[in-house]
Amino acid sequence: MTADDTIREVLADHGRLAVPVESLSDDTDLFGAGMTSHASVNVMLALEDAFDFEFSEKMLKKSTFETIASIRTAVDQMQAG
Amino acid sequence: MTAAATVPSMMTPAGSVAARMAAVADQVAGPAADDVDVRGRFPSETVAALRAEGLLAALVPAPSGGGGATLAEVSDGLVALGRRCASSAMVVAMHHIQVACLVRHGTSPLLRDYLRELSDHQYLLASATTEVGTGGDVRSSICALEVTDGRFRVEKQAPVISYADDADAVLVTARRTPESPESDQVIVLCRPPDLELEQVGEWNALGFRGTCSTGFVLRASGDTGAVLAEPYADISTRTMLPVAHLLWSSVWLGIATDAVELARRFVQGEARRKPGTTPTASMRLAQTTVLHQQFIDMVHSSLARFEEADADDRLGSIGFAVGMNALKVSASTLVVDIVRECMLICGLAAYRLDSPYSLGRHLRDAMGASLMVNNDRIMANNAQMLLVHRGE
Repeated sequence: MTADDTIREVLADHGRLAVPVESLSDDTDLFGAGMTSHASVNVMLALEDAFDFEFSEKMLKKSTFETIASIRTAVDQMQAG
Repeated sequence: MTAAATVPSMMTPAGSVAARMAAVADQVAGPAADDVDVRGRFPSETVAALRAEGLLAALVPAPSGGGGATLAEVSDGLVALGRRCASSAMVVAMHHIQVACLVRHGTSPLLRDYLRELSDHQYLLASATTEVGTGGDVRSSICALEVTDGRFRVEKQAPVISYADDADAVLVTARRTPESPESDQVIVLCRPPDLELEQVGEWNALGFRGTCSTGFVLRASGDTGAVLAEPYADISTRTMLPVAHLLWSSVWLGIATDAVELARRFVQGEARRKPGTTPTASMRLAQTTVLHQQFIDMVHSSLARFEEADADDRLGSIGFAVGMNALKVSASTLVVDIVRECMLICGLAAYRLDSPYSLGRHLRDAMGASLMVNNDRIMANNAQMLLVHRGE
């Protein structure tokens, strides 16, 4: 499973989106698609569990979780160490 | 020396914003406070006096015609108002919270022009963030903006719009479009003649009776330039929530400060009657003064925390949000604790409604603090944020 697949699976399980995750492009605004700030916390926790890392404090901001692409960038950075 | 004698005259425009608000508090709000409370009426004389002094635009930058005051100055002024009439102070605090949102996020030409107009005419702003059916969650909306040909329309069932009948405009939250999810909100400035308010019910509450916080069906339309461009989620995080918690806490500090002042005068009166013996209540007064000092220092340090986070672009950080929520919970708890202790100090003199040491209004107003955005909801938000907070 690719990182993008994992991100999409986490969003489907925890994002509480108003639309199916398959309909999202990498640049769709997730908050515009119905993800609340509460849901974004759960997405964050599930991503940490799936990838087995802790996001750094500076990544814990709304813009990190705005799109699938921005989440992917953050995941790549964390995995690069 | 009384407090009134230590502040400059209302006629001294050179005085600081805080000193001029304090003068209105002593000369206008204080004398009207009981009538405002008993009748549950809008504190019109206080707002008129602030308007005459140009103080409703205190937070508007000077180039836009305002007072260019800092949040700390307005906070000091609200403490002074809160000491004399908490209803007046809460109305003025709610107004300044809306002004702060417009100043910091109202970037469209229409909203820039409106700020100048607000300064020229000293408009009073109200807020419609809660909605029937959302269970008190201000971060979701049912109503939505319908936009056609550059104009929006919105209809909102608002369980509370404080002092709506006396306000010159209302800032309203709504979903961005009829297709948007509940959490995708914007905030829009609604004003007459394109603003219609149909009152629902009455406001007959235990405290803050002068805020006239009745329900309304709000119908409004206007140019889409009146919609603040940023998502409400960001405006709430960066301005509305922290500024609200800072200014509400200032009002509550005012209530606590007056209660401590009455308790101190009461104990000093006892001491004068029996020189040589320490009044029984003096130890409790000393303990209560410790709580009061905590409260003062917490409000001041929280104001500094906001300024620092703003300068360092950390207003969106989890640590900052947790801290500002903690301020609200702590301040709303401390005000009740302090008033209750002061009631024990003054005894029946505070319990009576016809005594100069009466603390009935203080206690009733103080009890509202933990309910306006319920502390349990705020703690639930913090509990969730703490799951991912790194403590940095």
